[in-house]
Amino acid sequence: MNHQTERLYLYPVWIRIWHMANALLCLTLIITGLSIQFSNPETIVKFNAAVSVHNIAGIILSVSYGIFFIGNLFTPNGAYYVIPVKGFLDRLQKQFIYYTVGLFKKADAPFPVNEESKFNPLQQVTYVVLMYGFVPFVILSGWGLLYPEITVKSFFGFSGLDLTDLFHIVAGFAISIIMCVHVYFCTIGKNPTSNFKSMINGFHESH
Amino acid sequence: MIHKANIRPAWVVLVLLMLFTLAFTLVKTSDTPTATAIQTEQEKPSKIDLSKFKNAVENENCLKCHGQSKYAYENSESKKTVTKRMYTELVLSRDVFYVSNHREFKCTDCHSEDYGTFPHAGNLRMEAKANCIDCHGGDEKYAKFKFEQIETEFQASVHSEKHSADFTCWMCHNAHTYKINARTNDNLKETIIYDNMICLNCHADLKNYQLLTDKAKPNILKKHEWLPNQASHFTNVRCIECHAKNDDTLVVAHHIMPKKFAVRKCESCHSKNSILYASLYKHQVSEKIQKEGIVKGLLMGDATTIGPDKSNTLNIISLGIFGLTILVIAIHAALRIKK
Repeated sequence: MNHQTERLYLYPVWIRIWHMANALLCLTLIITGLSIQFSNPETIVKFNAAVSVHNIAGIILSVSYGIFFIGNLFTPNGAYYVIPVKGFLDRLQKQFIYYTVGLFKKADAPFPVNEESKFNPLQQVTYVVLMYGFVPFVILSGWGLLYPEITVKSFFGFSGLDLTDLFHIVAGFAISIIMCVHVYFCTIGKNPTSNFKSMINGFHESH
Repeated sequence: MIHKANIRPAWVVLVLLMLFTLAFTLVKTSDTPTATAIQTEQEKPSKIDLSKFKNAVENENCLKCHGQSKYAYENSESKKTVTKRMYTELVLSRDVFYVSNHREFKCTDCHSEDYGTFPHAGNLRMEAKANCIDCHGGDEKYAKFKFEQIETEFQASVHSEKHSADFTCWMCHNAHTYKINARTNDNLKETIIYDNMICLNCHADLKNYQLLTDKAKPNILKKHEWLPNQASHFTNVRCIECHAKNDDTLVVAHHIMPKKFAVRKCESCHSKNSILYASLYKHQVSEKIQKEGIVKGLLMGDATTIGPDKSNTLNIISLGIFGLTILVIAIHAALRIKK
């Protein structure tokens, strides 16, 4: 049984479509965002085009996030994002030690993927912070920049628009970093490409 | 199974969102409107204490007729009192004049003594109007306002070049009502609106515009359609910032350029080397730092532009974090391959 490959259908169609759309939108937003941030006449994407594409991608991302949000409110998938408080730090530590030590000693993963829990504790925390922290934050601040008239004029003496701008950039940067780490961690599977295949065919492979 | 009964993060975010919207609505309703809150000079209380001004009594000889929209005189033929309307452009409100920069002046300091007789002699309307430089030129007391430099810039401007002698200081600055603004007003928004109204007085008002040209007046809103967030730009940036030749030695640049030279590149303002830091904004920040110290003046000042590439510190920090992430990933990957 241990040597046989187990195939678990973990990623339903709507999640795979959403995930793919989300990935493409985030990549587009990061590239155009950087072009706007470091704008000069020599940027790869022209400033005007970067702004338009960034705005359109941002609006589509808002809709796609809405689908994710509502989906996780009402479908069983939302349960994967619930972090059990009891023993939380211990489990986090266990997973961290696995990634830094155990992995190299070919030890078994402390929290193998099953139908009850799709994410290990470290993944769970990262995804909750990302999807319920940074992403809604970057979307809200993005709308604030798209319609500066609705943004609070001043906040404790600071310009509201400047703060919104700063928060948008910081949150966008945090998302970019998490995305880099996310893509790398996806190579830690049955083999380096199996997790990428999972997000196409829906089946998680483990051994 | 116990954790299934726990609260989903999506629910928490939903509640937080609702609270945020509520707080936002409360903050918004207490926000002061910007464009409409500016008091026009006419709306200010009309009780002026004339005893404070040394020439007020003498000036009343003129203002008793020119101070309001109608005047009365006795017809020497019919011996009847006649009431007539005063031409709008000949009316000077006391409320406006006595708060203006020239409030201590006597009418006859600039106008002919012959106006003392009524009806005024017809040739008096040929009297030349004095321009700013006529009085302020070469005066040490006014050196800091750089009238000579303003005059040179104005002479080179599109207004002066296109309209030659027809276009004088008076087109934008009426000596009866002129009140110094950019240097003395702490409210940046008021200064911006005040300065922009000078341009809009002709460029948004056909009857004034056609005093100088028979051309159809271009629609400003249409011409600026390409500008993102037009309303925000119009209330937060002065027209001259893009339409006058950039000059960081004058608070109000006077070298208005032909439209093909107007600034159209976002990064001219939205960058580390923003041209906005050249004039009014630089002036405001340096004044603020002088008054309130570097921390409050610079960090809390509202004279900033939103946009890219502004904070170098943030760029360095983010590059550091990004580099570190890639380094850790590379080491981890290398160790995995080695094993």
